[in-house]
Amino acid sequence: MECLKVSEAKMVVYVHPSKSTKIYDAVLRELSSLLFKFDENFDGVVLAYEFDILDKSAKILSGIHPYIGVRIKAKLLLFSPKPDMLLEGRVVKVTQGSIHVIVLGFASAVITEEEIRDEFVYKIKHEEEVFSSKFHKHHTIKVGTMIRFLVKSLDEEILHISGSLIPAHTGCIRWLAKHLDDDTITGRSKKKRRENEEESILQDHGTVSGEALSFNSDHRIKKSKKEKRPKAES
Amino acid sequence: MGVELRNGEAGFHELDDADFTDYDLVYHVRDALTSVSMGDSDKYNELVAVMHHRGPLAPDEVALLVTSLKALSGAVSYIDSVLHESLLSSIFSMNMWNYRPDVMDALLELIISLAASNGTYIDSCLDMLVGNFTPPNYFTDMLKQPRGIARKDQVLSRVHSSLKVLADLVPLSPMRLLPIIIQRKPHYCSKEIILVIYVENMLKLESGIFGELVGSAMLSGLVDLLLDLDVEIGWDDILQDESAKGIFSMELEDVDEDIDDELMDGGELPRELSRKSLVGNLFARKLDSLMVLIFEHLESCEVGRRLVEVFETLLQPFQKTVLTAYKSKFSQFVMFYACALDPENCGVRFANMLGDTFISNSHPPLLRMSAVAYLASYLSRGKFLSTSLIADTLKRLVDWCLDYCTIQEGEINPKAHRIFYSGCQAIMYALCFRMRSIMGVPWFKSQLLMPINLILSHKLSPLKVCLPSIVTEFLRQSKAAGLFITSERFNFDDYLESELSKGFGGMERLDMFFPFDPCLLKRCDSFIRPYYVYWSMVRPTYDDGQEEGSDEEVDEAPLGGNTKSREDFDLDEFDSAMNQMSITPKDSLKHRFGAALKEPLRMPSRIRPSTSPESL
Repeated sequence: MECLKVSEAKMVVYVHPSKSTKIYDAVLRELSSLLFKFDENFDGVVLAYEFDILDKSAKILSGIHPYIGVRIKAKLLLFSPKPDMLLEGRVVKVTQGSIHVIVLGFASAVITEEEIRDEFVYKIKHEEEVFSSKFHKHHTIKVGTMIRFLVKSLDEEILHISGSLIPAHTGCIRWLAKHLDDDTITGRSKKKRRENEEESILQDHGTVSGEALSFNSDHRIKKSKKEKRPKAES
Repeated sequence: MGVELRNGEAGFHELDDADFTDYDLVYHVRDALTSVSMGDSDKYNELVAVMHHRGPLAPDEVALLVTSLKALSGAVSYIDSVLHESLLSSIFSMNMWNYRPDVMDALLELIISLAASNGTYIDSCLDMLVGNFTPPNYFTDMLKQPRGIARKDQVLSRVHSSLKVLADLVPLSPMRLLPIIIQRKPHYCSKEIILVIYVENMLKLESGIFGELVGSAMLSGLVDLLLDLDVEIGWDDILQDESAKGIFSMELEDVDEDIDDELMDGGELPRELSRKSLVGNLFARKLDSLMVLIFEHLESCEVGRRLVEVFETLLQPFQKTVLTAYKSKFSQFVMFYACALDPENCGVRFANMLGDTFISNSHPPLLRMSAVAYLASYLSRGKFLSTSLIADTLKRLVDWCLDYCTIQEGEINPKAHRIFYSGCQAIMYALCFRMRSIMGVPWFKSQLLMPINLILSHKLSPLKVCLPSIVTEFLRQSKAAGLFITSERFNFDDYLESELSKGFGGMERLDMFFPFDPCLLKRCDSFIRPYYVYWSMVRPTYDDGQEEGSDEEVDEAPLGGNTKSREDFDLDEFDSAMNQMSITPKDSLKHRFGAALKEPLRMPSRIRPSTSPESL
């Protein structure tokens, strides 16, 4: 997804002197406090990080600043959806007026009726609420479907995205993969593989992290820590 | 109100006449919402009036309310936080306890749609749900009736399932839920029933689907609440009518059924009296109820095989709040009970944690002394503890004290060596309870006895400094067991009272702090009792001629510790020995030392020795 990126950042982490014996843990804790929150400096939500401490000699300047300034160089995986970017997520609820989606297991998104193109009609099929296409009867969106949609806006406080299904290249990923780029067989299978990878990431509840990256434990979506992130994502 | 209602009816009158589908209704509401921005707010006002109606509803009003709520759920994307502020505030101020289940369902559907539609509403929605954890004031009396209980189940089950649904739709919502729950936690002065219901909800969340996320905050919030109540109950409340009766108040097991007879017989039961002084205490009653809730929760955790995790989470607030609090009286029994339920894991973990805290140099002295006081009391009172654990833990303490001895050269100085003295006192106290069983440990003589001997005969003279009653009892038992007889320094009659113990205990009197003394909260006590060692159940090493050949050991003492045969018997030595072991300290030094000076050995007159001679 284009809204995921890896940034390198040089930072100074201020550590309380009482933690001077556990600098590494203290830095981890400090960086973990950034997780799953929108940060204006990075212009995105920090999902994972790894870091190196650049300088072993950090001193307290007593009387000036009682904290130990630890200089680090960090690699941050950022999630920064911008308007008109494409996002992918799993549908969790369909109502007549809206489609609710969860992106990467933690950000919620809603697509309201006005943002669903006319091609899709709300129906109840086998007691299941679905939006299905008027032109392609296999193109349906229901609970559990992975869909691709356009970002309209982001509420940075609660990471709530409002999205749109107006453009033609949005909708059910599986269907789009089959019908939009009908290239060569290899192309298709590559696409499919990629899609599977993406889904598996999502099923792992957003643990898009490289090794040695650490997650804050304050979120339940985190299950497995060491899921290698495919290159295609960055 | 009446006028508004009529308006509302009029506004929706057309709905009654025609055959409208759900979707038409949604469109009607959308229209009402959008027309506000164009300056026409008549329909909108009617809608607000329907939401705002308070008081009993007639059946048609209920139907109107349900319909409006459902229609609004379909039109949430049209609600604007500024334009429709009055509508939102009337929705968020609706109280589910006032309504029938169908209204509740419609309301919750709306709340969930609102929260999922726009990030700005999520906090208000969560706040509204948490606000429904407790009933409105007028409802509290109804909770005793079946109707009230049914309503409570209806509301709470819906609130919790909505929280789950919301977490599925907005995965970050539990993160926002946490501060709201802690913030809305009722003050400890609130009504007991409100506190109880709120705590029930907190525990439900802890064991629920997002326990992993909110569990630790719930438990620490709970411990805070317990401690708030705990500190409101002064030591004065517990001991008030004991003031002139002796140095210690006596440890007594109560005898539920026998109590009346005893009182009629003129038997004096200070424990009951202590309890009586707590009877009128609202805080004690609240604390009792909350503790029972937590005990039951711990039991359910044990059944669900998650007690170890919960215990681990509980340890943090315990270390942070209870251990550092000034002589907590009851809250610590939560830990005791958890340990009792799972002695192999929790029980061992607790002993180790306390031992670590005592031994670690990085902790402040008061914390270390407090920890060792907890440890001593815990090792003595836990019926479920294995002898090997007790011996191992004691060995840690003994090793530390021995190391301390080897690097210290000075003379007696209670203040400077207070940690050391508190350690020594802990060892002796625990041995008073456990001497007989611990002598069976094969390495007792080599690993414990020798070092203890060295420590006690060191120039720092712990025997002169520690609490005399403990020293006396300890020496008495060791004499009977034939330990330490080689040393000349032990004069068994010398140490009755000492000002030195006051010195090492400091202002806080940590020398007289025995956290797991018998629990005075009645309902709590019934949980604790089966796992608890009362002093009367301890079979000391010496023989008072009262033992009548009973082979009962601590571990074999009957569950419940209740006595069936409670003949009066004459105790002299035995009596005073037990009285000296009786722990709960008086808080007033004046009483303690004043009374002691006047009549140094005046113990037993009112105080029946632990009341239950079942071990005899």
